[in-house]
Amino acid sequence: MSSRKRIVIVGATSAIAENCARLWVESGPADLILLGRDPQRLQRTATDLGVRSPQSDIRTVPAEFLDVVAIEAAVDDIIALGEVDLVLIAHGSLPDQNGCQSDLKACRDALEINGVSPVLFAEAFARRMAKADRGTIALIGSVAGDRGRKSNYVYGAAKGLVTRYAQGLQHRFAGTGLNVVLIKPGPTDTPMTAHLKGQGAKLASVESVASEIVAGIDAGRATIYAPGKWKIIMNIVRHIPSVIFNRLEI
Amino acid sequence: MIPVSSWGRLSADPHHVIALKDPFQIQSVVSREPLPGIAHGMGRSYGDVCLNPEGALWTTTGLDHLVSFDIATGRLVCEAGVLLRDIQRLAIPRGWSLPVTPGTQMVTVGGGIANDVHGKNHHLCGTFGDHVQRITLIRTNGEIVQCGPVTNPEWFSASVGGLGLTGVIAQAEIQLRPVAGPWLETETVPYGSLDEFFQLAEESESGWEHAVSWVDCVAGDNTRGLFMRGSSVASSHGPPPKPRSLTMPVVPPVSLVNRLTLRAFNNGYHYLNMRKPGRKIAHYETFFYPLDNLQGWNRMYGPTGFFQYQSVFPPESGRDAVQAMLKDIAGAGEGSFLAVLKTFGDRAPAGMLSFPKSGVTLALDFPNNGPRTHKLFERLDAIVREAKGRIYPAKDARMPRDLFEVGYPRLSEFLEYRDPGISSALSRRLMGS
Ligand SMILES: Cc1cc2nc3c(=O)[nH]c(=O)nc-3n(C[C@H](O)[C@H](O)[C@H](O)COP(=O)(O)OP(=O)(O)OC[C@H]3O[C@@H](n4cnc5c(N)ncnc54)[C@H](O)[C@@H]3O)c2cc1C
Repeated sequence: MSSRKRIVIVGATSAIAENCARLWVESGPADLILLGRDPQRLQRTATDLGVRSPQSDIRTVPAEFLDVVAIEAAVDDIIALGEVDLVLIAHGSLPDQNGCQSDLKACRDALEINGVSPVLFAEAFARRMAKADRGTIALIGSVAGDRGRKSNYVYGAAKGLVTRYAQGLQHRFAGTGLNVVLIKPGPTDTPMTAHLKGQGAKLASVESVASEIVAGIDAGRATIYAPGKWKIIMNIVRHIPSVIFNRLEI
Repeated sequence: MIPVSSWGRLSADPHHVIALKDPFQIQSVVSREPLPGIAHGMGRSYGDVCLNPEGALWTTTGLDHLVSFDIATGRLVCEAGVLLRDIQRLAIPRGWSLPVTPGTQMVTVGGGIANDVHGKNHHLCGTFGDHVQRITLIRTNGEIVQCGPVTNPEWFSASVGGLGLTGVIAQAEIQLRPVAGPWLETETVPYGSLDEFFQLAEESESGWEHAVSWVDCVAGDNTRGLFMRGSSVASSHGPPPKPRSLTMPVVPPVSLVNRLTLRAFNNGYHYLNMRKPGRKIAHYETFFYPLDNLQGWNRMYGPTGFFQYQSVFPPESGRDAVQAMLKDIAGAGEGSFLAVLKTFGDRAPAGMLSFPKSGVTLALDFPNNGPRTHKLFERLDAIVREAKGRIYPAKDARMPRDLFEVGYPRLSEFLEYRDPGISSALSRRLMGS
């Protein structure tokens, strides 16, 4: 077995995932398997990482995000080629809350891509990695999953699903060699959130968020708030009584 | 609509911000725009060249992917939103460097090309655009123009230094320059008159790759300063400096740069460095980008923001013009901690509107004290006009149109290449649309 890490990234074209991958290859060559929906964008990510780290082995796998048969097959193929050290499940998209309220299809799509799909991937990897009894599964949730609020509760509900699911998975694998990490980024300055900037949102840089994630995974932490201050903020937000909370414009 | 400021923080007007995150979609995004837009990189320009109030702002920092790097030839292909910092960190350990870099590495490749930025080594390497081999330009009518010094050279020389007005740059190919490593041999030499400065500048042109000087802008007639020069050296000087990142936490209610602090700082800076002149080995990040360690230092100037005034004068009139400017500035009690004086070599510019030309350039920051500051600028403008100099658009927020027109004689030629779907606050101010 080589000493290089074998890392799978689902949703590898997301800005946070890409920045994590850049940090990983910066610290030494790795074997990367990048999953994504759009082959052209996936190739762009792979090329970029290849320039940064010519010694790394980088593979792209076009992926269906909701087709369970395709997910099983893709994961089978990956595992057949060797054990995995780390799976980062990073895909998602920030839906328009109003759109979700007026269009059930948009609502369902948002729930599926942000909640159901990450769970399906994690479950597929978990079953196979349990046999090897080693490695890490890291899921990107969101601070939005900690408490529903009117401005983005559909997204929040999907991320809440990921939170609860990760908890259960952590429980299931407690005391084994398999590690489960739940990552909760706060609002991050990515192309996905460009429109939030003007609403006074203080966005963390995607680089700083990625470096906290990479460090947190290295340290084997169960839950990573990135930036760390969101742990305190969300602790407060979770505990605001509903009578007060429901009057807040957030 | 989102309020957006540039580095000088002089305004925060609403913009319709659209992130260009995918090179395959630039064409459809920019051609869909009902109002004219402008590309916006890191917003490290001081004035309004990267702003477009009430219009579209196409942010490019999502276009941050590398495409190829040939370590044998030093050819790098990348998207236009890649930061110079990332190129330096990738290339320098492998023996290559950006040939030209401005005083901050937190700028994008697109921004470096569109302003045809210069560094401390103009005498040796010219401007950023001199090392660009090809750009992919996307026009708002959907047209894609590939251009470079050989292919479509006229499009290229309109776009290098083209202030973002000829199209959106999607990709660039850059010829890097071999370097021995991340270390430089540097030397600081105090000087006590402008004549001494010019002498040092001349003698440094052969023998030193980089040269720049700090000048005391409150000293008036008794010009004094510190001349700093450096050259890449092979050295195994140990690990790079620890990235210390201090952040200016808040915007103070008033500018911290005022008559009192100015004099104290300039005196202090002078004496501190006078005491430790001479040679030493420095890491490239410390030498090239001393300000990058203090994030958000632009907030120091308070809520009304600040201007930079950078001009260049031809060799014949340069000495007297600089002298006259320093005198006016000291007399007005305005000015900055970091006044920079340096010479440009005698080289043909890469772009129709490129700023650098043979002679001497002076750059100073000024807190925005309203009419008082503008009065001083009018006097400085008169010196620029008289000395046949010109002002740098990347730093400008207020120069009068006629001064721009006389300073940039190839302007009418340039206008032929403008993209009608693109406009900025600066283009409306200086070109009428
Ligand atoms: C501390 C500091 C030191 C500096 N030192 C120097 C120096 O030594 N020498 C020097 O020359 N400059 C210097 N500058 C100025 C700076 O280098 C330039 O303003 C640079 O152009 C900023 O790049 P940016 O990515 O922030 O672009 P922006 O400021 O966002 O935009 C600059 C211009 O580029 C255009 N543009 C950006 N991206 C694209 C694209 N993809 N396609 C088409 N047009 C595009 C914009 O429309 C605009 O016209 C300094 C600035 C700071 C803050």
